[in-house]
Amino acid sequence: MSLTVAFTLNGGPVSVAVEEPERLLDTLRYRLGLTGTKEGCGEGECGACTVYLDGLPVNSCLVPTYQVRGARVETIEALDPDQLGPFLEQGATQCGACTPGVVMTALWISAHSELLETHTVRELMAGNLCRCTGYDGIVDAVATTIGEVGEGGTGKRESTAG
Amino acid sequence: MKVLLAERVPEALGLLAGDGAAIPVAGGTDLLVHWPVRVEAHDRTYVDLSRLEDLKPPRWSDRELVLGGLTTYWDVIRDERIGREFPLLVRAARQVGAIQIQARGTWAGNIVNASPAADGVPVLMAYDAVVVLESWRGREEVPLDRFYTGYKEMRRRADQLVVAIRFPRRPYSYQVFEKVGSRRAQAIAKVGLAVTRSDAGWRVVAASMAPTIRRCPAIERLLEVPTPLRAPDDLLPAIASDVAPIDDLRSTAEYRRRVMARVLYDDLRGPCGWR
Repeated sequence: MSLTVAFTLNGGPVSVAVEEPERLLDTLRYRLGLTGTKEGCGEGECGACTVYLDGLPVNSCLVPTYQVRGARVETIEALDPDQLGPFLEQGATQCGACTPGVVMTALWISAHSELLETHTVRELMAGNLCRCTGYDGIVDAVATTIGEVGEGGTGKRESTAG
Repeated sequence: MKVLLAERVPEALGLLAGDGAAIPVAGGTDLLVHWPVRVEAHDRTYVDLSRLEDLKPPRWSDRELVLGGLTTYWDVIRDERIGREFPLLVRAARQVGAIQIQARGTWAGNIVNASPAADGVPVLMAYDAVVVLESWRGREEVPLDRFYTGYKEMRRRADQLVVAIRFPRRPYSYQVFEKVGSRRAQAIAKVGLAVTRSDAGWRVVAASMAPTIRRCPAIERLLEVPTPLRAPDDLLPAIASDVAPIDDLRSTAEYRRRVMARVLYDDLRGPCGWR
């Protein structure tokens, strides 16, 4: 144990002693007890470990904890459960393994709807893999949170996210 | 494992000079893949660059655009001015992983990771990028198309840091970036191509077609001296002279050559007046 990292976590200050090689994902789960953030692939592919780092979604499996010193980190635990309504209504969750990461990215899109001038919801959600829902429900849930008609399951369907 | 935390550029250069084998860490996206099981990597010394604010923003002058050593893909995607003048940078950045990778991955990291399948390097090379290397001994500039000397080998000494990437500002009359992968998102290129045309001439850059990303001089010559072509296969001799693809887990050499010929032909038949 040879490194102390101080940062802002879900709005409050934390200071935690970590091993040098530690990933942010492991610091959050095993030192700070925030097990809402999941590990899927461990190679930055699936997005299950998505957290916000200084306001942007990142894969916490690819962030060395020493890099968040002085930074602002937000995890799924910081979100208001009421924001989950559209995900439940649209069938955007099933087994739940990907859901924390999906919700983090989806609500980030909702909070930055100006991105939809240049990007589709599908492009912005491409870093979150879900093996259950087929994505249409997820895309519709995002559309619902920003008050727009979905580009997913309702009406026209794009052929594939990939 | 030892982590050296640099807060300023000179400090980082001093740390790299003091430990001849230290590895600079920018966004970490290449370094941390499967990190827990890559125990051999845990014995190394790392210099963390993430607090070097001076290296983050892109800068403009009358004559050039300069990306910082820590400029990320997302920084470029959100920069409307870069999108107007260097649209291929934005197009390529949007094909790198997804937002979670784009937010962390850096252009300089893409250069020094030296993957033959990199998405960022082809467009940098097609815009005549120059790599600015700095060490405690001074500054050196290497044109990106002369930076790689072999597979994962490059003209960067262990004590040098990529502090900037410079591009001349020029009007481009033609520019295109193509990435062929197994799927549209989150894929690694089977074939990547960046093509530009300006007063400086044609630039044709291929990815996943050789041990390094490289320019294709035979194809560039064929474009400079208008040559009437009748079919994609007419490009194969020039392709054979420019690149040397291999069979690997993502594709075959034969498929890569044919895809490169077809994609180039389709893109260039209009601007070159081929049938």
